Amino acid sequence: MPQITLIEAVTQALAHEMKNDPSVVVLGEDVGVNGGVFRATVGLQEKFGAERVIDTPLDELTIAGLTVGLAAQGMKPVAEAQFEGFIYPMMEHIACHAARLRTRTRGRMSCPAVFRAPWGGGIRAPEHHSEANEHLFTNIPGLRVVLPSSPGRAYGLLLAAIRDPDPVIFLEPKRIYRQYKEEVTDDGEALPLDVCFVLRDGSDVTLVTWGAQVKETLEAADALAGEGISAEVIDVATLKPLDFDTIHESVRKTGRCVIVHEAPRTAGFGAEIAARLAEHAMYDLVAPVERVTGYDTHIPLYRLEMKYLPSVERIVAAVKRTLAAS
Amino acid sequence: MSIAATFEIEFLQYLDADGKLVRDDLPAIARDIRQLVDLYKQMLFVRVFDGKAVALQRTGKLGTYASCLGHEAAHVAIGSAMQEDDVFAPMYREYGAQFHRGVKPREVLLYWGGDERGSNFSGPAHDFAWCVPIATQCLHAAGSALAFKVRKEPRVAVTVVGDGGSSKGDFYGAINVAGAMQLPLVAVIVNNQWAISVPRTMQTGAKTLAQKGIAAGLECLQVDGNDLVAMRAAMDHAIKRARHGHGGMVIEAVTYRLSDHTTADDARRYRPDDEVKAAWQREPLKRMKAYLMSLNAWTEKEDEDWKAECAAKVDIEVNAYLETKSQPTAAMFDYTWAELPSDLAAQREAVLREDTRHA
Ligand SMILES: Cc1ncc(C[n+]2csc(CCOP(=O)(O)OP(=O)(O)O)c2C)c(N)n1
Ligand SMILES: [Mg+2]
Repeated sequence: MPQITLIEAVTQALAHEMKNDPSVVVLGEDVGVNGGVFRATVGLQEKFGAERVIDTPLDELTIAGLTVGLAAQGMKPVAEAQFEGFIYPMMEHIACHAARLRTRTRGRMSCPAVFRAPWGGGIRAPEHHSEANEHLFTNIPGLRVVLPSSPGRAYGLLLAAIRDPDPVIFLEPKRIYRQYKEEVTDDGEALPLDVCFVLRDGSDVTLVTWGAQVKETLEAADALAGEGISAEVIDVATLKPLDFDTIHESVRKTGRCVIVHEAPRTAGFGAEIAARLAEHAMYDLVAPVERVTGYDTHIPLYRLEMKYLPSVERIVAAVKRTLAAS
Repeated sequence: MSIAATFEIEFLQYLDADGKLVRDDLPAIARDIRQLVDLYKQMLFVRVFDGKAVALQRTGKLGTYASCLGHEAAHVAIGSAMQEDDVFAPMYREYGAQFHRGVKPREVLLYWGGDERGSNFSGPAHDFAWCVPIATQCLHAAGSALAFKVRKEPRVAVTVVGDGGSSKGDFYGAINVAGAMQLPLVAVIVNNQWAISVPRTMQTGAKTLAQKGIAAGLECLQVDGNDLVAMRAAMDHAIKRARHGHGGMVIEAVTYRLSDHTTADDARRYRPDDEVKAAWQREPLKRMKAYLMSLNAWTEKEDEDWKAECAAKVDIEVNAYLETKSQPTAAMFDYTWAELPSDLAAQREAVLREDTRHA
């Protein structure tokens, strides 16, 4: 079976669904001839033609608005923002139209679109190329927000996102685009869009994370294991709607929770998880919930960016604080 | 039926690709040979700097860098036509204009080298820094121009956008408001034929990019962007009009991106070598050098000597860049607000503690 990277899994899912469903089209800047600046759409234009793999003029507003129009007329557009930092001009169409088309027409119209973007920092990129802003989307009703962290999850979740009848924000952790390969069968099997993934079982503490931080979090769990501390690791690849049950079940067992994300701390999505724990798991907790996050600053240019991103040491230290508290 | 409106777009060129004059109504700039030599020397300096910056990236000493190879005439003409108290809102590769305004090569390197201090540069404090989100700078220039108009200051805002960027709503909004409010805005579209892998023909069905200004009610001109004389004449005209309250202008500088889009790009994936080879025949330095030599204002020897001098000057800048120590980690907090609020101060303290633990 073929071993592929996360970004190859994105390409594979797109190709699979374009073949499967003629209403799927891909649009964005440089997605056609160039195959995307990260090569996520490489080979698709050769296979499916320039009418279905569309190099647009340079305007995110255009891309997002076209996407709403396409989707409203029964196409299944997959739009690309070249980087997460350039998704902002798309916001108006995402928030005012894509996310509320169904509700404002009482179900007469809908927007089965996917908005993809390479997400997050840590690749020594220029200014505005390292943003993590999933929390801006999780606060918009009517959107699904998905952030896969492995080739297999990228494949299965992207298929599900394209097939879903509502708009999906699909963020791709570019720092781990090519981190490792794994076997992914091109069988067209989608994954559910509302179930978290328990990546590692443990009994002392629950580590909740998503995106590229899954890497550091698993490394932290390894380091903790070496000290006799057993950490459960959950990848919240489907942020919205949130599968809180899986998190709650784990915390019932461990009594401790550390949430790790690279977006800024204040009103980041970790705050939502912490709030739900406060609401529903207060008496299961034996220590205060900890968050290890980006700071409340813009992510610095690359000389300092790794100081900004949550590190294994910061995660381990937070876990130890929860252990010291009880 | 009657005609509601008609328009024509003039194409301005003085020097052809071989450096031969194609018209004899020379503009003021062309009659000042000393200044022409000086501008040519600046173009050569920019080219030497640019080559060095690419080499630094290739050897791992610089992050992703956007080369300006082939754009020297357009950029130097823009920078040299402006006055210091005018405002410049660039995109990300107009080093030739910025050097003229006092930005140091080491600051350009610092920015692409992943250090925010590059944007706190030695150019005018009112100039905008590099702008990566495409075309957004156009509206900041329009806003600056509005400030000048409100305060009745004889200043001009100059912005640069690409052929790709001219598709963006920000660009259209900027020129539209400049026309509606008669703002002193000069918008230069540097049409280098490519927006990464997307060719100019896929950006718009319009025959020229200059004519976008017609719909905004602005004066429009298409210029040979590889011809320093034409570019400078166009800029002089546009800036003078704007300064005297006659409104904004759109200039399309027709040139060619001779390099990859940035060092992270590989243009061989999407454009034919022949096209690039042909573009090298039209590049800006060659024709200017030929013209100056035909006037006996420049010699091969002077060219070699100046190139060597540029290399030495660039080396000094590169060394200054390489010797610049990274900012302390806590610096990431220090400019978030004018004053650090207490909860952010607490985060900063935590980072300081971590840093000392690791020191
Ligand atoms: C809003 C936004 N979208 C996408 C990008 C990614 N991007 C960077 S440069 C570029 C192409 C720009 O082409 P053009 O405007 O012609 O300027 P050039 O680089 O050719 O000088 C793109 C798509 C960006 N920086 N900002
Ligand atoms: Mg261009």
